[in-house]
Amino acid sequence: MTMSSEFLTIYWRDMLRFFRFRALLFSSLVQPALWLALYGAAMSSNFSRFTFALTIPPGDISVSYLTFLGAGVIALTTLFTSLFGGVSLLFDKNWGLMREIFASPTPRTHIIIGVGLSGVTKSILQVVVIMVFGLLIGVEFFQGYSIFETATAILGILVFVAIFSLGFLFFSSAISMSMETPESLQGIITLLSLPLFFASNALYPIDSFPPFIQYLSLLNPLTYLIYGLRYFAIGTDFYAMGYHYSYDLQQTIVAFLALVFFCVLMFLLAWRVFEKAIVT
Amino acid sequence: MRLFLNLEFNLNPLLRYKSLKVSGISEMQNKIIEVNNLEHNYGDFRAVDDVSFYVFEGEIFSFLGPNGAGKSTVINILITLLPIQKGTIKVDGYDLATQPEQVRRSIGIVFQDETLDRDLTVWETLEFHGRLYAIPRNQRRQRIDEMIQLVELDDKRNVRTRNLSGGMKRRLEIARGLMTRPKVLFLDEPTLGLDTQTRMRLWEYLKEVNEEGTTIFMTTHYMDEADQVSDWISILDKGKVIISGTPLMLKNALGMDMISLETSDDARAADILKILDVVNNVKVTSKGLVVTINSDGTHCLPVIMDKLKGSDIGITSVNLKKPTLDDVFVHYTGRELRNDSAERMTSRMLSRGGR
Ligand SMILES: Nc1ncnc2c1ncn2[C@@H]1O[C@H](COP(=O)(O)OP(=O)(O)O)[C@@H](O)[C@H]1O
Ligand SMILES: [Mg+2]
Repeated sequence: MTMSSEFLTIYWRDMLRFFRFRALLFSSLVQPALWLALYGAAMSSNFSRFTFALTIPPGDISVSYLTFLGAGVIALTTLFTSLFGGVSLLFDKNWGLMREIFASPTPRTHIIIGVGLSGVTKSILQVVVIMVFGLLIGVEFFQGYSIFETATAILGILVFVAIFSLGFLFFSSAISMSMETPESLQGIITLLSLPLFFASNALYPIDSFPPFIQYLSLLNPLTYLIYGLRYFAIGTDFYAMGYHYSYDLQQTIVAFLALVFFCVLMFLLAWRVFEKAIVT
Repeated sequence: MRLFLNLEFNLNPLLRYKSLKVSGISEMQNKIIEVNNLEHNYGDFRAVDDVSFYVFEGEIFSFLGPNGAGKSTVINILITLLPIQKGTIKVDGYDLATQPEQVRRSIGIVFQDETLDRDLTVWETLEFHGRLYAIPRNQRRQRIDEMIQLVELDDKRNVRTRNLSGGMKRRLEIARGLMTRPKVLFLDEPTLGLDTQTRMRLWEYLKEVNEEGTTIFMTTHYMDEADQVSDWISILDKGKVIISGTPLMLKNALGMDMISLETSDDARAADILKILDVVNNVKVTSKGLVVTINSDGTHCLPVIMDKLKGSDIGITSVNLKKPTLDDVFVHYTGRELRNDSAERMTSRMLSRGGR
């Protein structure tokens, strides 16, 4: 018996399929970049018109809306990709393929981890594409960073993306295993993604929102991901659309731990669902 | 008679051992599957009701029964996909309830419906399976080559499974089930939806595999198939094992031959024939009498006809035949083992696939 690495088997098959469907691969990589370009271009001019009037203390850094949005698009893309990342399990289940895996000696936790890792790989690819494309169209990430600082920042971003993505992939896997049809999965995910989406500062500052939403945002993993992304990509102290943002390392570590906690929780949920699942 | 059969065939292992000896397997028989008092309920519905049986190493064991009899339920429990609700099961010496891991490593499975990833190639399908079972790389690659050769899919190695014909898909699934060198191969309706020629080809492979020592446990509702390939058959109906035996034993149990008669007075004819020595059993059906006899029909038939003529009963038709498993099923359940839905499905699949 070799070392137990069957999760790589699940990963291998998922990746094989991912790269086999060129059109799907292409659209999943290009779509978020396009989104950033179009939405960013449209909203930038809007926001810059009325943020001109806002006064920013002299000497402080003010970032463009596109830069502010860059981190948001990374976060939202990762969220949606990961939320739907478990859907392959639903298809496997409905097509009967899951029987082969469930009747094999491969432990069920390996299925969860394999699907999680392949989803993370896809998310990281997407994020890299968005960042490269964003930098090309004028997103001002890593301004004034040294090479070393830039490398650290990129690594930090990818680690945050990975742990966040993994958490939602576990969640998605758990839901997919409990659902009968892709439609019901889609329904649930849409329902859940709305509050996640709005109670976050991905697309706009929520500092002026009702306190209720601001409290809600503390329960939102997106909040912590975006915190980490902006800390690494933009810096510790900046103005965006008239709001002052100050991020620090300590808070970033707290945000990371919150995401780890979320990820572990979701893994336990998926584990429970998989242990109980009956597939015939 | 029925009691006799049950005792004799179900409970007397010696008798079965002898029958296996006759069929050419002479080493001491080892029970590779033992099922005791298995019961399974879907909600309130009892799909499997107090089923017990065992399978000897090296034999081809068939579960024969109509759709909905509970065959797949039993097989799904045996392959660890369904939990054991009640009863005990041992496979290859391992207790299924406490050692499912070991059981999984001892068995190979061909599922009832297609279980192929349509986007993977033949080679990738086997590679994936081998990795699921953690077969080391070199060994895995070698077995994939062997298996592809065995089921003659060499020229389809890099073809995606969506582009294979129904027969090829089934062969690939069999190759997959065998590549882990299982002690027992489970086949749930292996030839469902395949045309006669493809079925025969499949059985050539399966017999070869069986001769090399793999025990085969299969379910089917094709009686002719069960009859031709099985060393042992258990007939299942409504979740219960009705009768078990070798195909020959089952058919002979009804008598050596069957005579169907249409007469002018079936009821009186039945009374007359019942008391004859050569007659085992007389059944009055809507289409006439079915008389099972315990000796050679060609000699009995004139005697029977004389007897009826002597009693002034007119005979409108006579038919003499050897009992089939259909007759066995009808005898014990009072119903026919119909393949209607299966045949409809076959023709549908054939017209859809066209291959
Ligand atoms: N998941 C299930 N839920 C409820 N009833 C089921 C389920 N699976 C099978 N059954 C019922 O149990 C009976 C036996 O089914 P099955 O084992 O598939 O029979 P077979 O394989 O002999 O056709 C059938 O009446 C079927 O409708
Ligand atoms: Mg079945």
